[in-house]
Amino acid sequence: MLSGTVWMIWPGNPALSAVVLFLIALPFLYAARRPMQGLFRSLTRAISNPLRLGARWLASSAVLLRQRNRLVLLAHGREEAMKSIEREFERVTAVVQRDLQGYPALQRKLMDEITRIEEDYQKCGEVPPPPPEWTKAVGAIAKIKPSGDGLVERILADISQSIDEIYDKVVAEYRRSYQDRHKILKGFQPFWRSLQQTLSKVDKNITGLQGSAAKIDAQVEKVQQINANLDKAEHALGASASIQFAISGLVMLIAIGGAFVNYKLISLPMSAMVGGGDYITDNLQASEVAALVIILFETLMGLFLMESLRFTHLFPLSNVNEKMRRSMMWMSLTILLVLAGVEVALAVMRDLIVSADVALKQSLGNAAVVAPVDASWMMKIPTAGQMILGFTLPFALAFVAIPLEYFIQSSRTVFGNGMVFGLRGLSLLLRVVGVIVKQVGNALCMLYDAVIFVPLLIERMVQGANAGRGVASESAAGETVPFPKRLSDNERRATGEQG
Amino acid sequence: MMRKILNVVAVLAVCLVISACADKKSHAKSVYMLVDTSGTYTQELGRAQALTGYILGTLNPGDSFAVARVKSRSFSEKDIIAKVTFDKDPLQANAQKRAFRDKVADFTKGVTKGSAYTDITGGIIQAAEFLNETGAGRKTILIFSDMQEELDYQTMRDFPINLKGISIVALNVTKLTTDNIDPRRYLDRMEWWEKRVRAAGAEDWRRVNDLEHPERIFDARR
Repeated sequence: MLSGTVWMIWPGNPALSAVVLFLIALPFLYAARRPMQGLFRSLTRAISNPLRLGARWLASSAVLLRQRNRLVLLAHGREEAMKSIEREFERVTAVVQRDLQGYPALQRKLMDEITRIEEDYQKCGEVPPPPPEWTKAVGAIAKIKPSGDGLVERILADISQSIDEIYDKVVAEYRRSYQDRHKILKGFQPFWRSLQQTLSKVDKNITGLQGSAAKIDAQVEKVQQINANLDKAEHALGASASIQFAISGLVMLIAIGGAFVNYKLISLPMSAMVGGGDYITDNLQASEVAALVIILFETLMGLFLMESLRFTHLFPLSNVNEKMRRSMMWMSLTILLVLAGVEVALAVMRDLIVSADVALKQSLGNAAVVAPVDASWMMKIPTAGQMILGFTLPFALAFVAIPLEYFIQSSRTVFGNGMVFGLRGLSLLLRVVGVIVKQVGNALCMLYDAVIFVPLLIERMVQGANAGRGVASESAAGETVPFPKRLSDNERRATGEQG
Repeated sequence: MMRKILNVVAVLAVCLVISACADKKSHAKSVYMLVDTSGTYTQELGRAQALTGYILGTLNPGDSFAVARVKSRSFSEKDIIAKVTFDKDPLQANAQKRAFRDKVADFTKGVTKGSAYTDITGGIIQAAEFLNETGAGRKTILIFSDMQEELDYQTMRDFPINLKGISIVALNVTKLTTDNIDPRRYLDRMEWWEKRVRAAGAEDWRRVNDLEHPERIFDARR
């Protein structure tokens, strides 16, 4: 109580005490004006300057990080494009090797078929021999008019018979000849078909090559854009990385769901293997950790399998030779198979444990009546389902390596961009805070002046009076240059002065 | 490359071993159930048997369970009807639970006459001995009794006991005829027991009379 009123000159009147104290302090405050304002400014500068420096450093770091991100993004894009080009070239090489190696045989086949068709065509052009020359003579005799002479009539009859026979023979010959030509023409069909198929195949291969060439062109253009350091390439790669990040993240989430199902499937039976009552932490049983380790091992083996199959490139295996890579593939596949087999066994054990537990609880609830276990095949379906799930999930988990690789690669870009954004935001925040602190210093100085406005007013009046006397004395001495008087419009036009 | 992989696997294995060694605290549960067989309370043995079945269902591999009778003098191993520490293998544990259930059932059938006196304190001391021997992390004594202790003139139980770290649950505390005349007797009896076990350092004291909800026995604790 005493400490609260000790400052009061009149303990019963704090307002009057405060006013009197203020009046006493006013001359001291006025005297200390410059050092106090200097102190305010120094203090606020001591805060605002480091903030400004920090903001500048963050901004420059953001610029550097963005450049670094850009370099990494372009390098990654270049690498991807080069890989794509390499793959397309491999495909083109395979097509060319496969088709052009057989090209001489194909050409020979085509030439043979064309020659054969030509020969057949020529055969089609051959006409049967004309009827013999004597037929004209016989025709002239046949034109003799019947005179009633028996000998002549018999000769004519013989001639007519001969002509008929010859006619029949010639007609038969013509028919046979045309049949032969029809047969030849009919024989054309398979050759035409074969030709058509061969040419279609060639056309397809050429089209495939054209497609590959177009893809190569596109990738080469991309590489050119990357090499030219174009913003377009950077934006395209950045957008691509964001999409990859989102998609691979989604796939990873699905995979995590699968892993969780797998974990639930094997954690209970693992308690029979590693002990049911052992704990690693307060809430984490050893069997649960063991189940987790099994799942992680499966994922690890999947990673190695995908790596050795060249589906992913997470590890630097370029210096591993082909034999080593193949043995690594077989090893990881074997371990994966063994683990899948273990999971099948665990699935069966889980079913046994659950059934035994249910039966026990039934018997504990009512010792007299134990429900008989239905051994029909339908009761085995869930067990079979669990076994299948236990076998397939490890292999499904193995494929998580592919989205994981994309996730890791794209996260570099996404998080890099996020960091740039964060650094910029932080820089802006520091700058704003620095400006606010500086303005607070100015405001404090002005407030100080406002508090001691009476002495300041007196000071200004004194200074004004002194200045008035000084100006008057200087004018009298004629040493000062008068301030130029503003000219009128007419005077300005006359002197040509502008403005 | 293979060497690197082996190194990583070795590091993982070491981490696993370290983490396995990190928590030495026992997480097993140990339960000792005292069943009053004195006087007219023998009529409640059927309920005690049913409750034993429920408790067996809640126990996990690695846990311990014992059932003992409360009679004229109960501080003796001979009064333990059945005791077991369940195997880590769930299937083995199930078989042990069945055997335990059968032992309790046999005992229930065999009891025809109640004891003259009721030595609850002796049973509690015996229970504490058993529970501390198991080294379990969570120790519980279940007392299936009317909590009316009656000792003969030779039996000495009037001394401090140690129940540190043990939870006590009184089950099916039936009201005696005298309690019905003056309920304060019942309330005073309960208060006396609570004071006694808390003075002995018990972690918790509870009473569960509604056996239609046996889950309340272990509800408050883990």
